[in-house]
Amino acid sequence: MFEGLGGKLSAIFDRLTKRGALSESDVGEALREVRVALLEADVALPVVKDFVEKVRVRAVGHEVLKSVTPGQQVIKIVHDALVETLGAEAEPINLRAEPPAIIMMVGLQGSGKTTSSAKLAVWLAKREGKKTLLASLDVRRPAAQEQLRVLGAQAGIATLPIVPGEPPVAIAKRALNTGRLEGYDAVILDTAGRQHIDDALMAEIKEVKAATKPVEILLVADAMTGQDAVTMAKAFHEAVDITGVVLTRVDGDARGGAALSMRAVTGRPIKLMGVGEKLDALEPFHGDRIARRILGMGDVVSLVEKAAETIEREEAEKLAAKLQKGRFDLEDLLSQLRQLKKMGGMSGLLGLLPGVAKVKKQLAGAQIDESVLTRQEAIILSMTKKERVNPDVIQASRKRRIAAGSGTEVSDVNRLLKQFMEMQRVMKQAKKMGAKFGGQMPTPEQMQRLQGQQMPKLPPGFPRGFKF
Amino acid sequence: MNWFSRLKSGLAKSSAKLGDGIVGIFKGGRKLDSASIGDLEELLIQADLGPATAAKLAAALQKRRFEREVSGDEVRTALAEEIAAILAPAAKPLALDAAKKPHVVLVVGVNGSGKTTTIGKLAQQLRGDGRRVTLAAGDTFRAAAIDQLKIWGERTGCPVVAKQPGADAAGLTFEALEQAKARGDDALLIDTAGRLQNKTELMAELTKIVRVLKKLDASAPHTVLLVLDANIGQNAHAQVEVFKSVAGVTGLAVTKLDGTAKGGVVVALAERFGLPVHAIGVGEGADDLRPFDPQEFARTLVGLG
Repeated sequence: MFEGLGGKLSAIFDRLTKRGALSESDVGEALREVRVALLEADVALPVVKDFVEKVRVRAVGHEVLKSVTPGQQVIKIVHDALVETLGAEAEPINLRAEPPAIIMMVGLQGSGKTTSSAKLAVWLAKREGKKTLLASLDVRRPAAQEQLRVLGAQAGIATLPIVPGEPPVAIAKRALNTGRLEGYDAVILDTAGRQHIDDALMAEIKEVKAATKPVEILLVADAMTGQDAVTMAKAFHEAVDITGVVLTRVDGDARGGAALSMRAVTGRPIKLMGVGEKLDALEPFHGDRIARRILGMGDVVSLVEKAAETIEREEAEKLAAKLQKGRFDLEDLLSQLRQLKKMGGMSGLLGLLPGVAKVKKQLAGAQIDESVLTRQEAIILSMTKKERVNPDVIQASRKRRIAAGSGTEVSDVNRLLKQFMEMQRVMKQAKKMGAKFGGQMPTPEQMQRLQGQQMPKLPPGFPRGFKF
Repeated sequence: MNWFSRLKSGLAKSSAKLGDGIVGIFKGGRKLDSASIGDLEELLIQADLGPATAAKLAAALQKRRFEREVSGDEVRTALAEEIAAILAPAAKPLALDAAKKPHVVLVVGVNGSGKTTTIGKLAQQLRGDGRRVTLAAGDTFRAAAIDQLKIWGERTGCPVVAKQPGADAAGLTFEALEQAKARGDDALLIDTAGRLQNKTELMAELTKIVRVLKKLDASAPHTVLLVLDANIGQNAHAQVEVFKSVAGVTGLAVTKLDGTAKGGVVVALAERFGLPVHAIGVGEGADDLRPFDPQEFARTLVGLG
């Protein structure tokens, strides 16, 4: 049923071939499909409505990238808004309390509380080196306490000894005492679930909360949950003020819209997600992954991302072709400067490149002034076309004019030109070396290896990068 | 409390939502125009009926051509009729074939849907009817699942065939059928480990269980019951689809049907797959597993009851 959406969207947008900014009608048509996609992913209706409006405002007037359709562009905007809403970064489990930190797990029956409790204990023990105690307060489901005991034994995590007939609050107090006396860092309380929200359940978890003062109260919820996720999450949140959500069965093929609903109605982060049956199958929440699933259009999102990359690559290839012919002029330098600025400046760009650790250190020491980029751009813009293509014609009077036009000094113009000459020289070297690597531009790794021998100041292999 | 009032009180909150919603839309009378139909469609989506079924139901209502202003009650009644019509073919209680000794019921589903509890309740009912029932603890994976089933065995007086955790489920199933056959039992209820339908190897294990059962009785399993949690949303479609193709699901049991805005997905499933709903779970007690009544279900869902 849902598989058809991609096709439906492209059918709608095939006829929209115009470029430029997204119009209100482009956005409107795309959002109608997105709305259905979200509903089919079980995002609750009120949440869908709010969300779609938010996206509408953001999308109208947005530029459409070359080689993607307006519809695809809208989907990318929707995706980014989803990630933003869900939280791009996982929030850590809070253990800031006088030990033992109490973590209480709440949720409906069958949501995966017991398994998640054990997984969280393993997580805290293995990843954070915390001594953790597990205690089951579920005295209703047959063998629930036994289940937690077995899981604890399997994972080498201590469980509170079972005392038959002991009521939940008494178990919780005993767990807290044991935790204190035996020096545990954390105590995880696995509470009983109910088939639905009822007063008895809420009274019980409120009592447990009052008796143990948990630092984390995690709502365990199934990624398959339907529209009712909103009601459920709201009820738990109102009763005990949850601190976060554990989303379970993310390894299934449910689209997981409940995650968005719960996040929206409680305002609490989704902290962890269960991704398998094994006890180590717990991961920090990835907003990006869930966003793609909710939308069910991960391929479109990747496509737009790739399109954005391609544009940059096309420019880079154009440049490489020019280099091959030994022609690199100030126009090219200008386009490089602009691309560099767009990508977050020199330091931002360096962060993206593999194999340039050494150069990076040197540059960090050199304290790059990013405003240099803007100044250099202004200088080139003050040149005539002729000057840009053939910098040799730039003599003293032209330099004075350029400096005046760009609000800089003649010395700045000289510096730029000197750097440009230097670049040209290095580029030619790169071309020669390129022949060694089968006519290709060498990779940064190859460059690093070669640096000792030829030592150009600029690592010429910098794809899209340059030295100024 | 009889079962129906239980269902009603269970469904009460979701009925309140859908039912009150409808009353709200048509308060003081309103025409069934595209605006009010659109509102109605949204209410249906909020009850997990899914966009497709919601649209279809809304369209069906529009066809009725109310030429005048209608009240909320009229709309609810009409909607209940439409829903009941979709659900009608699904009302088939689980009937044991007396010629089969035993009638083999294989119970499958995703983790946490309520398989073990459903088996316990089913065993209780069959025992109440004077049947001889064997339980097979085929969930050898989940910690303490075997203990959980054994507790149900004690409560209902049914022998439980079990092995140690981690044992081969197909082998255990084979032995259980051998024993039940030898005893001439009326029914063998087989519990299986919960599995997500997109896990290929785990689904293959179900195929193996079915294959092994057929070695002893070519017609087994006679019923393959997919247990669905009424809390789930549209993923129920994928669950029915995959479990049906892998394990040959013949009927559904819908559990936890006693909370808010639940069970709407059953309407969408009935429309798409036409599988019988053999039982619904409306509470936590052993006698809360009930036959499925489309009329009452539909009326309760829209808040008429």
